[in-house]
Amino acid sequence: MTALLDVRDLSVTFRTEHGPLRAVDGVSFQVARGETLAIVGESGSGKSVTALALLGLLGDAAVLEGAGVMFDGCDLTTLAPDAMRRIRGNRIAMVFQEPMSSLNPVLTVGEQIAEPLRLHKKMSKAEALRVAASLLEKVSIPDAAARLKEYPHQFSGGMRQRVLIAMALACQPALIVADEPTTALDVTVQAQILDLLGQLTRESGAALILITHDLGVVARYADRVAVMYAGRIVESAPVRDLFRDPRHPYTRGLMSSSPRLASEAKTAMATIAGQPPDLAHLPPGCSFAPRCPDAHVRCMSERPMLKVVSPGRVSACHGPA
Amino acid sequence: MAQREAHDMNATAETPLLRVEDLKVHFPLYKGAILSRQTGSVKAVDGVSFEIRRGETFAIVGESGCGKSSMAMAVLGMLPKTAGRIIFDGIDITDFGAERMRPIRRRMQTIFQDPFSSLNPRMKVGDIIAEPLVVHRAAQDPSARRARVAELMALVGLLPQMAERHPHEFSGGQRQRISIARALALEPDLVICDEAVAALDVSIQAQILNLLMDLQRRLGLAYLFISHDLSVVRHISDRIGVMYLGKMVETGSREALFASPQHPYTQALLAAVPVPDPEAAAPPPSSLLSGEPPSARNPPTGCRFHPRCVRAIPRCAEEEPVMKHHGVTEAACHLV
Repeated sequence: MTALLDVRDLSVTFRTEHGPLRAVDGVSFQVARGETLAIVGESGSGKSVTALALLGLLGDAAVLEGAGVMFDGCDLTTLAPDAMRRIRGNRIAMVFQEPMSSLNPVLTVGEQIAEPLRLHKKMSKAEALRVAASLLEKVSIPDAAARLKEYPHQFSGGMRQRVLIAMALACQPALIVADEPTTALDVTVQAQILDLLGQLTRESGAALILITHDLGVVARYADRVAVMYAGRIVESAPVRDLFRDPRHPYTRGLMSSSPRLASEAKTAMATIAGQPPDLAHLPPGCSFAPRCPDAHVRCMSERPMLKVVSPGRVSACHGPA
Repeated sequence: MAQREAHDMNATAETPLLRVEDLKVHFPLYKGAILSRQTGSVKAVDGVSFEIRRGETFAIVGESGCGKSSMAMAVLGMLPKTAGRIIFDGIDITDFGAERMRPIRRRMQTIFQDPFSSLNPRMKVGDIIAEPLVVHRAAQDPSARRARVAELMALVGLLPQMAERHPHEFSGGQRQRISIARALALEPDLVICDEAVAALDVSIQAQILNLLMDLQRRLGLAYLFISHDLSVVRHISDRIGVMYLGKMVETGSREALFASPQHPYTQALLAAVPVPDPEAAAPPPSSLLSGEPPSARNPPTGCRFHPRCVRAIPRCAEEEPVMKHHGVTEAACHLV
């Protein structure tokens, strides 16, 4: 079976005052229908830029290169802006981090949920509003019909994120891209929203790309994980394999430096030494080598390529792992 | 004489460094532009009490809007207090004005969440760290000041030659080290860390937490550590207070609070934290909270948590529970 989404060797370079800056460097991954892929990484790792590139939302300052982004048999990178607009919000939907700035403050919530339905499904206003009401019910917003007439400021943070999920689901997309969908929310609300997102994507059969920095979220909600560092995927594996036996030293560092509820208290935490790299001045070899506890001479000069380490998993490391 | 000294030392050892009694911070709400009148108030902090001993870390956890930051601002004298008392090292500072607060403020410093907006972008890092010394006239002589700045930078793991650089040349983690160096310049007894590691990536967060714990051991600092992140709090604190909608609902030692939380809110908060282990069973849906915290403008009657509490009984809506000792922790709940 062919993958729903097949990203092939994608690179994104920004033109900046100080010269070109490569934020995403040769990233390849697939997402199957109905699957949840988590892309995990720290700030500057390129995870959000990858998502925006898929959606064609990077603007003119970015240059995309590679062998294409195949979505359901069609290369998104070669589409005209018009054709991309017919896909975005329709077949591929997105949920962003900041629920306040992703909603238009001067339109009612109902109008905003109805918008993709009117645009893509050519529904009448009344029909779109009827569907919007049922979508609000689906995301567990009580008194949906009345709340459709309200404005975003009348909703709490968690409720706004529910509205964004309702909008994303409106046209029954095949793929949902959620970029840190709960980072701005409190922990008790985060659990509600992620459970809802997981349940609704399962019910609709949509695939989900979940971009996050939180390994706890990855563990609970993902089927497969891609770990990004300095613009590249350094490791990718099914979620259980990754947590049971992380292969890349960066993945191992990330796991041991995450504070856990079960951790020994008041003892020094494991850390990853040093600072995240400056994308404008990446080292010649492995980008992680300057911080890697296992680095050897070869790592400083030669870039490791992704290698299959066991069925279904790859890692980019010269080490014995 | 020797006896008296011994007695004094005992007294210092026993007096808590900070004692907060029944603190209330209410923000009045007005209606009307010209003939405005007060129509109500937001009860951001509504009767919170706790103590911090020398050299210990007391953490306050709670979700946004629970009043944890307003409480810290009131302790620092940066927000007016509606009621309650604040006693710092045996001195009642509740009604101290700016002038009398000055010597106290030297001893209580703050590290804020956002290392990007809490450092002046136009100042050199060395000047940022030296500023408290200048403001409090602590090291007047420029060469002594430079030496102190170099010492502080080394203490937090920065190279002293970086003093000539500006904040934008540093990463988030390094900027937080600059904030810590500035907070330590006047050798405080208490450092208030308001979400001090929340904006940092995990690998950097661990470095800063280690630095804070190391500095505490070396300098005998006490921390009031405000956070929404239970796994971070678990790591750094000695004692913990859980706040909900302006009230403290449970306090206890770290061990007790994590091993046997008594209050239903604390239990729900712990259950909601995603565990980084895909083989761990998902928490039963019944352990997760529904809804979101209500507004502090119009808090629920009785126990403020009762509308979201799965175990609430009619009494919870009528009568406000008081803090009671339950063997391991203190909790404000009718059901424990």
